[in-house]
Amino acid sequence: MRLLPPPRTAAALVAAGFRRWATYRQAALAGAFTNTVFGVVKVSVLLGVAAAAGGSVAGYDRLELSTYTWLSQGLIGVVHVFGWTEVAERVRSGDIAIDLARPLDLQVAWLLQDLGRAAYATGVRFVVPLAVGALFFGLRVPGSVWTLPLFVVSTVLAVVVSFGCRLLVNLCAFWLLDVRGLVTFYVLTSTLLMGMIVPVPLFPTWLRVLAYATPFPAIVQAPVDVATERLSGLDALALVASQLGWAALVLVLGRIVLARATRRLVVQGG
Amino acid sequence: MASALTPYAAIVRSRVAAQATYRTSFAAEVAGQVFLTVVEFAEVYVIFTRVEAVGGFSYAEVALLFGLAATGFSLADLVVGQVEHVSRHVRDGSFDVFLLRPLSALAQLASSEFQLRRVGRLAQALVILVVALVVVDVQWTPARVLLAVLTPLLGAVVFGAIFVATAAVSFWLVEGQEAANAFTYGGNYLSSWPFDVFAVAVRSFFTFVVPTAFVAYVPTLGLLGRAESSGFASWVPWCTPLVAFLTCGVAALAWRTGVRHYVGTGS
Amino acid sequence: MTGAVIEVEELRRDFVVRRSAGRLRRERHVVAAVDGVSFSVPGGQTVGYIGANGAGKSTTIKLLTGILVPTSGRVRVCGLDPVRQRRDLARRIGVVFGQRSALWWDLPLGDSFRILAAIHRLPAAAAHQRLEECVEILDMAAFLATPVRQLSLGQRMRGEVTAALLHSPELLVLDEPTIGLDVVTKQRLRSFLRTSQERYGTTVLLTTHDLPDIERLSDRILVLDRGRLVFDGDLAGLVARVGAERVLVVDLAQPGPALDDVPGTSLRSVEADGMRQQLAFRAQDTSAAAVVAAVTSRAELTDLTIREPHIEDVVQRLYVTSQRS
Repeated sequence: MRLLPPPRTAAALVAAGFRRWATYRQAALAGAFTNTVFGVVKVSVLLGVAAAAGGSVAGYDRLELSTYTWLSQGLIGVVHVFGWTEVAERVRSGDIAIDLARPLDLQVAWLLQDLGRAAYATGVRFVVPLAVGALFFGLRVPGSVWTLPLFVVSTVLAVVVSFGCRLLVNLCAFWLLDVRGLVTFYVLTSTLLMGMIVPVPLFPTWLRVLAYATPFPAIVQAPVDVATERLSGLDALALVASQLGWAALVLVLGRIVLARATRRLVVQGG
Repeated sequence: MASALTPYAAIVRSRVAAQATYRTSFAAEVAGQVFLTVVEFAEVYVIFTRVEAVGGFSYAEVALLFGLAATGFSLADLVVGQVEHVSRHVRDGSFDVFLLRPLSALAQLASSEFQLRRVGRLAQALVILVVALVVVDVQWTPARVLLAVLTPLLGAVVFGAIFVATAAVSFWLVEGQEAANAFTYGGNYLSSWPFDVFAVAVRSFFTFVVPTAFVAYVPTLGLLGRAESSGFASWVPWCTPLVAFLTCGVAALAWRTGVRHYVGTGS
Repeated sequence: MTGAVIEVEELRRDFVVRRSAGRLRRERHVVAAVDGVSFSVPGGQTVGYIGANGAGKSTTIKLLTGILVPTSGRVRVCGLDPVRQRRDLARRIGVVFGQRSALWWDLPLGDSFRILAAIHRLPAAAAHQRLEECVEILDMAAFLATPVRQLSLGQRMRGEVTAALLHSPELLVLDEPTIGLDVVTKQRLRSFLRTSQERYGTTVLLTTHDLPDIERLSDRILVLDRGRLVFDGDLAGLVARVGAERVLVVDLAQPGPALDDVPGTSLRSVEADGMRQQLAFRAQDTSAAAVVAAVTSRAELTDLTIREPHIEDVVQRLYVTSQRS
């Protein structure tokens, strides 16, 4: 079995992921609305912090804090921060056997569908908060023409890292009776460490070191750092390269776990 | 009163029994709820490693805001938060089953979706509240003690009303349930911070439309004796009971209208 | 019980349907799911409410139980206005939706009954007695301790019917109660409903696709077609109305000529050299006795049977005739 499906199959999988999520347009708009309201609170608090700190905090000025807030709020839907248990549910129901019988690499097929989902989320859940932020709070315009394409690459990698982590959590369903508790812990830990609640550079040293030892900052903090040009030139490229590294690591881990799980399923008959 | 609660008590008991069957999963879920409040508080912690005060509130004072809001919110979440599932029941038609029983549909929904694990969230919120009350610099008087005790309870009433009112909207926007989170969870998030950091429009909205200002911020001004210096009359911190009463009225009206709409369209 | 349990007058319910017309335009159509239906059901009667998919059966049930507001017309159930007095009504009726569950899926069946007894505030003794009775007749003792989600469809449906009868309702409404059940369970459920109806005088309104349900259970049949009541009467009347044919099958002692001259009949078939012949006739043309007499005067019989019209055919014919009119 080849790892990558032929281009036509791959395109069909991405399109399938896109269409599946496109059927929930009302839900996507509702999500964008909620992300925007939370963004208003988040940016107000951070601007309050900047004001108390004399105009800027941890190297973020007011405009950068606003840009951080609205990009991170927009990325919530794109990188799918909150509970994704689709694979775990298929494992629990036994439908996973059907997936394993398909002539496709499971991990790649799921990843392609997730990219389709992210593409749809970009259209609604990324655009709405960003537009509101630009209108009412202002956003920093990048100085370099390379920033935008690099941000796109960084965001795609962020989706891949996020997917890889979520898949690992889901695959635990092969060994655990109930993954809900685990998913809660994962969502809470990852949202904090990816820099979704407060920018990672604001963390006290011990927490910052801890965060950068995990793949989570690669999911939100990295694309935001690229867009706000906290790192530029070669440093920005190095950041994207580190995302690539994390993506490779979580995907390879996922393959190993999936292989073990499959063997377990075949041996024990699910 | 006791006998009026019997059917609901029977339903809640059955929920608790079912949820406690798998002890390990249940323990994990309670721990998850405790951790939820810990991570929410992490934001406050991280920010106060950088600055001494936000919006004129010290670390202990923001912790008090957080404790009051979180306690009120998690109590409301435990008792009625599950009404947010109404959209699912409307979508799959199982809401009909509630209407075919001689009980209030709202109370049936609240009891039959009861989640005992949410006590974890409440417990952790209470810990933060108590620590904040001890640490914060308040000149205690009997009136302020009463205010400190009443505030989380009335906050729960306000949040409960917001849960019900926003859930009622999903009789119309069946797929749009997540928008309700902006006012329920969002209201909780916002109440954890001094209102001084928000723009006038935001402040007005969360004072007069979705009145979460009265859940933590305004009563805290009363506890700290800062109402007047923040531009409020000294009696304003005591308005929370009235606000709670009014939001409940609006929520009841919204819910009734929602059920009437459901019965009217047969969706 | 006296007086009408269900009274429906000129009942109408419209739905607004939006259909896309072209790329952007959406057209608004008003469709009457129930269109001017009137009937009245006296206490103790068992009524079969039948019709094709989308005929308006489920809409009628929702209107009767207070889940849906009528567009116009009048509904009274147990003397109450279903929508305005929904909770009072809920104490006096039992409803089973074949497709929906009133039980708690993660609890043992017995626990669901206990909660329902609390919901209806039944005195412990009364609830216990009623439950014992249902458990015995429906043979549920073996799975009372099983969580509902693990029950088979037949077991669950027996539980659903018990749940609806626990508070001894005056009216039992059954929406497709036998859908998907195996033959044995269907039989058991039918005889239970019959017994319970006879013992307590419960009024029953039953919608079904399963016409044997109607044959076995109903005193009266209402046929709905595209929102309109097209028939109200008993099975014999329905048969007569559509002119369905009964068939007399006779076995003769020796091969004989074709019996093609019996008044009021038409010869369907001649088999085995005329040893077995089938004569079709309609109730309005002649009677079974007259046909038998006419046949015996022509030939010596060894055996005879009368085949009743199949109810599927009857209803099918009714649809055809109502569409023509």
